[in-house]
Amino acid sequence: MSAAVEVRGLRRDYGEQPALDGVDFDLAAGETLLVLGPNGAGKTTLLRILATLLRPGAGEVRVLGARLPGEAWKVRGRIGFLGHEPLLYRDLSGRENLRFQARLHGLRGEAAEARIGFLLTAVGMERRADQRVAELSAGMRQRLAVCRCVLHEPQLLLLDEPDSNLDAEGRELVRELIGPGGGRTRVLVTHDPRRHLPGAERALVLGPGGRVVRGCAAADLDPAEAGAAAGGVA
Amino acid sequence: MTPAREAFRAILAKDLRAELRTLQSLPAMALFAVTTFVIFRFGLDRTSLSGDLAAGVLWATLLFAAILGINRLFVTEREEGGFDAIRLAPLDRTALFAAKAAALLAYLVVLELIVVPIFAIFFLDSAAALPPLLAVLLLADLGLAVTGTLISSMAVNSRARDLLTPLVLLPLAVPLSIAATGAIEPLLAAGGPGYERFGTWLAVLGLYDLIFLLVGYAVFDFLLED
Repeated sequence: MSAAVEVRGLRRDYGEQPALDGVDFDLAAGETLLVLGPNGAGKTTLLRILATLLRPGAGEVRVLGARLPGEAWKVRGRIGFLGHEPLLYRDLSGRENLRFQARLHGLRGEAAEARIGFLLTAVGMERRADQRVAELSAGMRQRLAVCRCVLHEPQLLLLDEPDSNLDAEGRELVRELIGPGGGRTRVLVTHDPRRHLPGAERALVLGPGGRVVRGCAAADLDPAEAGAAAGGVA
Repeated sequence: MTPAREAFRAILAKDLRAELRTLQSLPAMALFAVTTFVIFRFGLDRTSLSGDLAAGVLWATLLFAAILGINRLFVTEREEGGFDAIRLAPLDRTALFAAKAAALLAYLVVLELIVVPIFAIFFLDSAAALPPLLAVLLLADLGLAVTGTLISSMAVNSRARDLLTPLVLLPLAVPLSIAATGAIEPLLAAGGPGYERFGTWLAVLGLYDLIFLLVGYAVFDFLLED
């Protein structure tokens, strides 16, 4: 299988403080990489670099065949990013937000409306889609954020705590869109490895200063070890 | 890549829709301008102004009112993650620069349509100068929109945003202010509108607009980098 993501010797500092230090991994197309580590271990920084939102400080990063940061323009639009913030405008409705995002990704007209309608139904938000985002609960915003993330049918999903604020029903609904299977390539940051480990092929455990503690097949990671790796402060 | 024109339209429409819905910028700008006219009227103790004094009062008021809008131009992008959402899309980022400048230009034009007639009621003996005055202001607005968008995109990431914008923008706006007041002064002369050196000042305004449009086009992409 071809590599969807290749990372070699990745380093990124914030001032004097290293956030990532010599990170290496490969991820094949269609696979899921679970990224674990305590708070401050650089998981979100890693995801933002892969999403082209941050520049790597040093090292080599290839995403979907494009070398970052120089060829970032080649992969924008092929990545779905779900971060800590929903990236939705509070004064627009959910549907208006999705229409705006669709236009930015070159989707218009009936095709865009059909895709938006499908996604809103899939996450159970069709009845609340015309309410302003500011009036929605955090869980509803997260459902809309998932719609925004997959609206343009990206080839690579970068998911940072995708279950946050979701109730059990919400978790099940978004699983259809961003869960394992369906040929999706995913890099998933989580503090709940027990839930996500079964759907992952690879695992990367980051430690203090963004150093790789362990990179292995997900099947080789003991759930108890994974749980311990996901907790604490780096 | 999404065509730049399509991205421009989408961002501009989003900004104008949000402003119409929330009225966060324009009412504050208009209220500030009208209040300033009132202060000038009583502070100068004059019911009629002309020439350089009229040009100075009008331009200074519009410039400071514009800063209120410029300060807020990128706040929603910063606070609600719009920068990230736009940076994730396959588009030329100068579309964001052009759309924000166009939104600011629209705010300034609407502001002037409201407050210039009020200025005329407060201080002018005749409304004959208003049509050419609006043409001068349109050129000046374009320059202010372009420089304001550039400065706002830099200042929005700073905690001292409200201080930084005027500190950086006002020196940059000195040539614009000289040209704008130079063009406005003869229009508001006591004996009726005059047009000496009018064309020269319009050319200076146009040149200023062109230079900062090119600067904005060249550097805006770098301003959005982390």
